[in-house]
Amino acid sequence: MISIDRISKSYGAVQVLSDCSTTIGRGEVVVVCGPSGSGKSTLIKCVNGLEGVDSGTITVDGTEVTARATDLAALRARIGMVFQHFELYPHMTVLDNVCLAQVAVLRRSREQARGKGMQLLERVGLAGHAGKHPAQLSGGQQQRVAIARALAMDPVAMLFDEPTSALDPEMINEVLDVMVELAREGMTMMVVTHEMGFARRVADRVVFMDAGRIVEDQPAAGFFDRPRNERVRDFLSKILHH
Amino acid sequence: MQGLDFSVVADARPFLLQGMGLSLTLTLLAIAGGMVLGTLLALARLSGRAPLALAAAGYVNLVRSVPLILVIFWFYFLVPLAIGRPVGGFYSALIAFVIFEAAYYGEIIRAGIQSVPRGQVQAGLASGLRYWQIQRLVVLPQALRNMLPVLVTQGIVLFQDTSLVFVVSLHDFMTSSVIIAQNKGRLVEMYLFAAGVYFAICFAGSLLVKRLARRAAA
Repeated sequence: MISIDRISKSYGAVQVLSDCSTTIGRGEVVVVCGPSGSGKSTLIKCVNGLEGVDSGTITVDGTEVTARATDLAALRARIGMVFQHFELYPHMTVLDNVCLAQVAVLRRSREQARGKGMQLLERVGLAGHAGKHPAQLSGGQQQRVAIARALAMDPVAMLFDEPTSALDPEMINEVLDVMVELAREGMTMMVVTHEMGFARRVADRVVFMDAGRIVEDQPAAGFFDRPRNERVRDFLSKILHH
Repeated sequence: MQGLDFSVVADARPFLLQGMGLSLTLTLLAIAGGMVLGTLLALARLSGRAPLALAAAGYVNLVRSVPLILVIFWFYFLVPLAIGRPVGGFYSALIAFVIFEAAYYGEIIRAGIQSVPRGQVQAGLASGLRYWQIQRLVVLPQALRNMLPVLVTQGIVLFQDTSLVFVVSLHDFMTSSVIIAQNKGRLVEMYLFAAGVYFAICFAGSLLVKRLARRAAA
């Protein structure tokens, strides 16, 4: 579904991605982790073309993201993305947030979009908040709306860029629960996160990045029990025992 | 203050109202036109395309370095030369105001657009929206809310500036007051009255600005 093939990227003299390759099959859940500044967020933003690459190719569902001729907007409409800071539109109601791109991009009618939107808000447990503005919701609720907004486009894959990093601890689970359910339903997911519990429960594979390189890429069980790389052992011991 | 006779105001009411009508019409049309052109200038400056950004920056800097009264003169004399027939004081003044105000509105709108977090644009892009859709549906509504107080302030300045149209023989409120004052020999009364009217309108405007600023901060 998603194939990342030898991509590199630098900002001036700083190499943020070096020769990164991995693939995510249909229905697979891949967690990307690593220390901050390792390039995880840049990597996931390359997948829907929010960041360009200097070399290498990325293909999503048969479309080459990195090709010049690709209609990125059309491609992005098929890939859902959830951001660290939610990025809901503050001037619109929750329901309008979920409907905007359905109407403006997919050309659904207003009624169709509202129907779909309410159904998804129901699913993330927020149907009762449809008429509120994002500022009236907690962080966890906002992030669940953001997930509903992305799902409303019927995406072929979902990208999560540190979806719980900006949340208070007591709100993390309500977001992870929605993501776990999504994973169990067979959604193709790429998730940048430090939530190792989530990785253990639903990830098919875990990718570990350090200094712009993918230094470990293996099935979740192996990643946690038999990490091959010294940096991964270090990282896991820090993040799991404190 | 003996001998002040404000009945001159009442007598000249239709003439003064006509002048105020022109002042307000010019102000509102210039705000509308200046904002449309100003938005385009702001988007050009922020487009990241060097020729476009440079042209817009050049426009803004040129216009802002010239006195408004000169811009009004230019369009009064130059536009007829360009199109081969006179356009009249009103239209040449209106064009001049739109051209002039666009430079100021453009800078205000640019600051407003930059006040919208970059993540909002990314969220729009990620959902498949195109550039103009993101500007129209996501960025500009938020930018407008943030910059509304400054826009209204600029509108007040513009309202005062409309008094400059006397140079192309238009009768705005100020010019009408001057004419009455001189014809009737009631300079003190008319100038006090005109000052009072400008004060009332502009003060009401700045109260509005305060309220808008509080709301934008909330």
